[in-house]
Amino acid sequence: MSSTVPSAVKRPEKPGRRKGRLGGHGWVAPVLLILPTIIVIGVFVYGLIGSNINTSLQDRHNIGPSQGFAGLDNYRDLFTDDDFIYSLRNLLLYTATFLVGTLCLGFLWAWLLERKARGESLFRAIYLFPMAVSFVASGVVWRWLLNNAEGDRASGLNRLFGSLHLDFLQNPWWTDERWGILAIAVPAIWQLSGYVMALFLAGFRGIPEELREAARMDGASEWQLYRHVIFPQLSPVALSAIIIIGHMSLKVFDLIMAIAGQTNYTTQVPATQMWVEFTRGDYAKSAAIGTILLLIVAILIVPYLVSTYRQERRR
Amino acid sequence: MSTDAIPAAVAARIPGERSRAVTRTIKYILLIGFALVILLPAYVLFVTSFKGVGDATPANAWKLPEAWETAGWSRAWEQLGPALGRTFAMVIPASVLSSVLGSMNGFVLSKWRFPGADVVFTLILFGMFIPYQAVMVPLVQLMGNLGVPSGVPSLIVLHVVYGLPITTLIFRNYYAGVPVELVEAARVDGAGMLRTYASIILPISAPAFVVVLMWQFTSAWNDYLFALFFSTSRNGPVTIALNFLASGQMQDYSASMAGALIASVPTLIIYILLGRYFVGGLMAGSVKG
Repeated sequence: MSSTVPSAVKRPEKPGRRKGRLGGHGWVAPVLLILPTIIVIGVFVYGLIGSNINTSLQDRHNIGPSQGFAGLDNYRDLFTDDDFIYSLRNLLLYTATFLVGTLCLGFLWAWLLERKARGESLFRAIYLFPMAVSFVASGVVWRWLLNNAEGDRASGLNRLFGSLHLDFLQNPWWTDERWGILAIAVPAIWQLSGYVMALFLAGFRGIPEELREAARMDGASEWQLYRHVIFPQLSPVALSAIIIIGHMSLKVFDLIMAIAGQTNYTTQVPATQMWVEFTRGDYAKSAAIGTILLLIVAILIVPYLVSTYRQERRR
Repeated sequence: MSTDAIPAAVAARIPGERSRAVTRTIKYILLIGFALVILLPAYVLFVTSFKGVGDATPANAWKLPEAWETAGWSRAWEQLGPALGRTFAMVIPASVLSSVLGSMNGFVLSKWRFPGADVVFTLILFGMFIPYQAVMVPLVQLMGNLGVPSGVPSLIVLHVVYGLPITTLIFRNYYAGVPVELVEAARVDGAGMLRTYASIILPISAPAFVVVLMWQFTSAWNDYLFALFFSTSRNGPVTIALNFLASGQMQDYSASMAGALIASVPTLIIYILLGRYFVGGLMAGSVKG
């Protein structure tokens, strides 16, 4: 930070260097105004991340104080634990499904609605409404829809498949050991595809009509129009959607708690394991899982934030 | 597709018209089909909530109730009523406070910058993305040390603190569109920072406040993670009460489903009344500067 101070202080001598912003009217007052936030975020985000990493390195497996420094032992234990590896695998499968599902459906819906469709606002409202509902509330109905009973005892979707003579579609949903986690992605996709649709719709609307006209005048086919004009224009939107859905996905918790419960093996992910270890009082293990989740999210987010930061500087 | 190759004058009219009508029909079939799939869970929630205990069985899963009963609703209301009150008591102050703070931050970061503002902004933004699991263990301890009581008070503090990144972002993007001349003029007239904020910025902030307030209201209302760590089933918000009701030993389907509807009413009302702004909030949430 120190290197930016001198140049910033000089800024008033170069008017217009940063268009649309003011400088040189003293920076004590603005810093004072934003200081509470800086302190709060400093403590509650960065301070606690540091403290959490520290706990994860301690030999502290019950509510008592730390029994000493354990180094990376807790992490080594986690990565040699089949249960935890299974959680990570579940998280990966879930994230891939959730991302592909929301992006495909969201794009398809936006594309269908892109040209003034009759009743557009109604469709948009229906596609978006699940977003207003909590995962806990939607979990109540999805637990029932994804019931694993088959045949006469079947309820939910299996029952629906049965009565439509689509029995081959009946399956054990989230209780399947290998693919059960994918069943959790179904309600997640239901809930957030509308969000991705809204993003893509804004992207479509942001493309000037002249651009399309120009491409058509140049003799571009519909496919070429999409390939060379529309997709490139939509790629920033797609990136935002991947970042948002991706990071939500990596934090999945509520939905699993509401549908399968905290101790269900087939749907366990790091976040649910973290809660279970916390309730057992194994703070070091709990903190280590939290830190691993942070690292996974950071791999996705930090490059994005850095590029956003660079853009800010250029403005 | 092949019509593209035919000279426009020939292709015009008949073939184009017909293929366009077919395309339009397919489009509406798809749109309506997807809408029905999305409404399916809502249908199940609704009809099951009005079924009697004996009627809510797998065999009747997709049927309408034999007789419309409201007993499930009253059982759900008994269980969720107090939690609903606590949720309002938590969500309203939390969203107002985080919005006001976010507005001041956004003003500073867009119009009254200071050295290192970009770094500070990026660091605040990161707070929006962290998995709260990565701070939860020490957070429980910190809140204990600060002496904030479990339940509503704790949850207000947490939703204000962890709401700051998104509220700051939304306000900053909103104020970035405010002409700098407006602020400059106030300065020329001798207004200080707070004066400028109070008499120039605040009066034009209503649209941003609507977006931020409803965004914060919805996310705090729907939160389960903080609620689980910082409240009990006796002093917790409605998500806790609902999950308790729905995962009980007694599979009371009609009450659970009525409860899920009750717990969703406030956010759905906001969504229906302010749907336009809702989409605005979603856009802002997508970090597009």
